[in-house]
Amino acid sequence: MKQPLLNAPRTFKGGIHPPDFKSFTEGNSIQMYMDPKMDLVFPMVQHIGAPCKPTVKKGDLVLRGQVIGEAQGYVSVPIHSSVSGKVKDVKPMLHTNGSKVLSVIIENDHQYNEVEGMHKAHDYKNMTKAEILDVIKNAGIVGMGGAGFPAHVKLNPPPDKKIDTIIVNGAECEPFLSSDFRLLIEEPKKVVEGLRIILHMFPEAEGFIAIEDNKPTALSLMSLLTTGEERIHVATLKTKYPQGGEKQLIEAITGREVPSGGLPADAGCIVHNADTVVAIYRAMIEGRPLMRRIVTIAGGAVAKACTFKVRIGTNVQELVEAAGGVVGTPSKIICGGPMMGMAQVSLDIPVLKGTSGILLFNEEQDFMGDETACIRCGKCVGACPIHLMPLMLNRFALDRDWASFEKYHGMDCIECGSCAYVCPAKRHLTQTFKAGKKIIADERRKKAAAAKAAADAKAAAEAKAAEAVPAPAKAEDKAGAAPAGK
Amino acid sequence: MAEQQEQVLYHLSVSPHIRSKQTTTSIMCEVLLALTPAAIFSIWYFGIRTLFVYLVTMGSAVLSEWVWQKLTKQKTTIKDCSALVTGMLLAMNLPAGIPLWMAAVGAVFAIIIVKQIFGGIGQNFMNPALSARCFMLVAWSSAMTNFTVHGVASATPLTIIKNGGELPEMLDCFLGTIPGSLGETSALLLLLGGIYLIIRGIIDWIVPLTYIVVVLGLSFLFGRNGVYEILTGGLMLGAFFMATDYATTPMTHKGRFFMGLGCGILTTLIRCFGGYPEGVSFSILLMNVMVPIIDRFTLPRIYGEVKSK
Repeated sequence: MKQPLLNAPRTFKGGIHPPDFKSFTEGNSIQMYMDPKMDLVFPMVQHIGAPCKPTVKKGDLVLRGQVIGEAQGYVSVPIHSSVSGKVKDVKPMLHTNGSKVLSVIIENDHQYNEVEGMHKAHDYKNMTKAEILDVIKNAGIVGMGGAGFPAHVKLNPPPDKKIDTIIVNGAECEPFLSSDFRLLIEEPKKVVEGLRIILHMFPEAEGFIAIEDNKPTALSLMSLLTTGEERIHVATLKTKYPQGGEKQLIEAITGREVPSGGLPADAGCIVHNADTVVAIYRAMIEGRPLMRRIVTIAGGAVAKACTFKVRIGTNVQELVEAAGGVVGTPSKIICGGPMMGMAQVSLDIPVLKGTSGILLFNEEQDFMGDETACIRCGKCVGACPIHLMPLMLNRFALDRDWASFEKYHGMDCIECGSCAYVCPAKRHLTQTFKAGKKIIADERRKKAAAAKAAADAKAAAEAKAAEAVPAPAKAEDKAGAAPAGK
Repeated sequence: MAEQQEQVLYHLSVSPHIRSKQTTTSIMCEVLLALTPAAIFSIWYFGIRTLFVYLVTMGSAVLSEWVWQKLTKQKTTIKDCSALVTGMLLAMNLPAGIPLWMAAVGAVFAIIIVKQIFGGIGQNFMNPALSARCFMLVAWSSAMTNFTVHGVASATPLTIIKNGGELPEMLDCFLGTIPGSLGETSALLLLLGGIYLIIRGIIDWIVPLTYIVVVLGLSFLFGRNGVYEILTGGLMLGAFFMATDYATTPMTHKGRFFMGLGCGILTTLIRCFGGYPEGVSFSILLMNVMVPIIDRFTLPRIYGEVKSK
């Protein structure tokens, strides 16, 4: 039986209530856009971790489902071609992160010929955890909420961490986006079956499908589908941003907190986006690697807001045209949601594994306001889901006072943007924290590298001194010189 | 990027890409709106001359801010309407018969000495309007304590409690038909304005509620009529509009509780045992000075904070 408590909406402390703008997209069912005309682009960076190495070269013929980029190391997953056709080129192309990244460009032959061995269903109930993880890794599955953390790494926490809660994230708290919502109501069985697969890997865990209470259709559908399931519960979440943040979900559902600097596994939890869970289902049951994704195209500069199911690698410009094209002059292009997405320089970008939406803002929507002096109203303090003091961190960041920035837990910022959203003085709060975190992280890396270099040099010098007696002075020099270089 | 054919240059910025519509200016305008009923009441009750007190303080506040920012070659910020709020609050803290030139000097003091010298909006450590009132109380004490209603010199209820005499009815105190500073007399209208600001999310309910409840309870404890105490003097004006001033109030809920607590205790102590009949201004100013310390000791515990070894 489900705990009755779960019927009351759960939430976290802090957060904001921006208008959700979902009325434009939530009512439109997912449209298939499976025959892309333009060339498909597959950047070798579509996950956190080492970039993939291309396994094809210009002129090669590839099949659908064929690996075109192989994983490099443990925190890395392969990339598969979503069409069959000819490799037009392998060269750096514009990525949604704003830089140029080595990419495989494939000319679609519209045949969609499949590589051998697809559609092989796996009987996961008779497989070991390691075997399942292997299938998930080889299917190229990453977190599809946007962060792009390889799914098999998340599903393989250190053995000393006891996992008792698996959360399927269907909160979709970002305004405008409806891709997860449409998925939940159009492919709900796959979500549930995907969760069953994960629960099979963690026999001691309970599963939760977490959905915000502004999606009642999805909630009732999921409740219906999971009646009688002993280990699967539907959790109603209060509609609030950033409810879909990993830490906020864990707080809402378990009441636990992920320790600062730790992982969800430290709180006994694993959180996966609903689309990731479906990708796991498809890999296990349908035997298909990750080749498609659901994308919301919306914003005031789009003729008709749509949610598409597309092949990964599809050109965004083409999708915008499929949505009726541009209306007026777009002022800003955003890849992802309006709170955490990235502004783009061009529409000539591919849909990646983590692309949940593309927003085209018109001038009116693109409102930033003029930055004025902080009036100390404290709204940012109330909005921060981590309970930081954004106004103080902003001052430290602008003063380049990184010691204080760290002391006041600036590194714990999740960059959700809530503080900057509520700020009446329109101060660039989140923006300065992102910069500050990066500067401090770079500094830490540099220090660690210097320390390692010093240790290596010392070890080498000692080894040298031990084997060659006549040169001790030189070895000492070397050891002394290394730390100065940091 | 030579291959880029489109001429459209898109706006690039770091997330978040949407901002709330609320701005400093809109907040200040809503505060002005919330004060308006009490201000209109004072013009009706104390006479049309009162209108000029408002015009003079608000005008001098804005003008002195503009002149100061021009002289010091800063960007002028009079459009944020915060100087108007300061001017209006100052007028509401003055007696009806105040000479207009004194009102003007008070407004200039509030803006230049208390606000701009410390860095302008958000940087002042004391409430500008209240500081100016206390400065005027010291500089022109007889003019500042001469409460007349329609030409008749009258004592405020709190002075009567201190010195003896016949007290006005409780209902008059609630509606505001009693002697006192311009904007402080109508508890009803101030309460309405304050509730409006709380509903609109402009001010936090913690400071006003703790402040008023503490004064109510402590007054009874000291053998005075607590209900009468909260309806008279500057308490309603102070609790809703002065003690909640952003720059001089703690940032966290916990801190704001201590702010209200401190204000309430000090106000009651001054009223019951001090030399002055009224203590709202002094207690808020005293607590203003305590804010940095309160902020320091009420830092929130962050999500997932790990105790440092």
